[in-house]
Amino acid sequence: MKALLIRDLRLATRAGGGFGLALAFFLIVCTLVPFGVGPEGGTLSRIAPGILWVGALLSCLLSLDRIFALDFEDGSLDLLATAPLPLEGAVAIKALAHWLVTGLPLALSAPVFALLLHLPGPAYPWLVASLVLGTPALSMLGAFGAAVTVGLRRGGLLLSLLVLPLYMPTLIFGAEAVRRGAVGAEAGTPLVFLAGITLATLALSPFAAAAALRVNLR
Amino acid sequence: MSIWEYANPVKFMRTSGAVLPWVIAAAVLSTVTGLVWGFLTPEDYKQGSTVKIVFLHVPAALMAINIWLMMLVTSLIWLIRRHHVSALAAKAAAPVGAVMTLIALITGAVWGQPMWGTWWEWDPRLTSFLILLLFYLGYMALWEAVENPDSAADLTGVLCLVGSVFALLSRYAVNFWNQGLHQGASLSLAPGERMAAVYRYPLYLSMAGFFLLFLALLLIRTRTEIRRRRLAALLARENRA
Repeated sequence: MKALLIRDLRLATRAGGGFGLALAFFLIVCTLVPFGVGPEGGTLSRIAPGILWVGALLSCLLSLDRIFALDFEDGSLDLLATAPLPLEGAVAIKALAHWLVTGLPLALSAPVFALLLHLPGPAYPWLVASLVLGTPALSMLGAFGAAVTVGLRRGGLLLSLLVLPLYMPTLIFGAEAVRRGAVGAEAGTPLVFLAGITLATLALSPFAAAAALRVNLR
Repeated sequence: MSIWEYANPVKFMRTSGAVLPWVIAAAVLSTVTGLVWGFLTPEDYKQGSTVKIVFLHVPAALMAINIWLMMLVTSLIWLIRRHHVSALAAKAAAPVGAVMTLIALITGAVWGQPMWGTWWEWDPRLTSFLILLLFYLGYMALWEAVENPDSAADLTGVLCLVGSVFALLSRYAVNFWNQGLHQGASLSLAPGERMAAVYRYPLYLSMAGFFLLFLALLLIRTRTEIRRRRLAALLARENRA
């Protein structure tokens, strides 16, 4: 399991792996929004929690089809499926690797981007906390979506349609936590819900994704 | 005599063919009667004539949810018992469900405009219906995208299971997110909250009508799917020969 994790991380961080793509995309979103809605600080700081979460979600979406597609093409996914490691475990590890290269950097660098959007000061800890708690769910659900669409031509487009409604609860609770943090309200409840969603996806999504992979590898 | 006999497509085709004309007749009769009766009801003291859209809106919304539930059950049956007719019935139900969701959304918008002064409101019920529509679209798109029919049935089955969990979760998440404008349930068992009988009985009838309509469409579409599957099998054999 550790070897698989290290391999995936290496593949993602070396040349052509697309590491940093999510961050760059996040930067693009945060740059485009002020041009779209106008640079007034008041407006920006009001919509910043939502924009930051939507941006994080979209940049996560961008790299989802990489989770299984390359391994499917060169056949190493078949090897993984026949390896002693259960496929569920392999799925969980690959989703974890995806989170380590997209979700975690996003969560840690989000305060910098939040600065661009004039996010109110008290919201910063909530922003980082909600992203750290919420993005694993995005990666796990994304792994399920990627597993469903791995064998398809034009899978990427379908992937976003399938995964987007699944992301809705995570987005709602994540943005809600930041919004409450921004106005100084009690933000613990949405964070607890967010953690609950993440734990539930951690528990269930590997099984669904592995079932979908087995169908696609048949 | 058990329901599993209908896993045999021949048996299913024979029975459904015999039942179908009756179902269609009952569906047309009850839907038309329900809607016309509903249209002729007196105007509501508060909402005026706009209340009449309820006879289209509520049954459509009811069916939109229940069709997804039916797809969940048929997908489970397919995944557990490899019951081919079941998978095809789920496939056949999805577009009907999507259209029902769309009817509920559109009539809701048409009703909401004079009542709330807005075509669309980010209200929990409305939003969760929009999410439901997205689920239907994704489900249908996945059926179209996968070539091997058995793989398609497997993948959409798994998607339906995961989607059901998240449809439910979204329902409560959006509740949390925004307290709504939408009125409570139109039908309730508590006597004080019920609609007046003038509205209730035509509503029951049109709900029954929409259910029968769905049943008729489901049978027709499932039969079409079975025939299409047979045609594909015949063509494959022709090509091999």
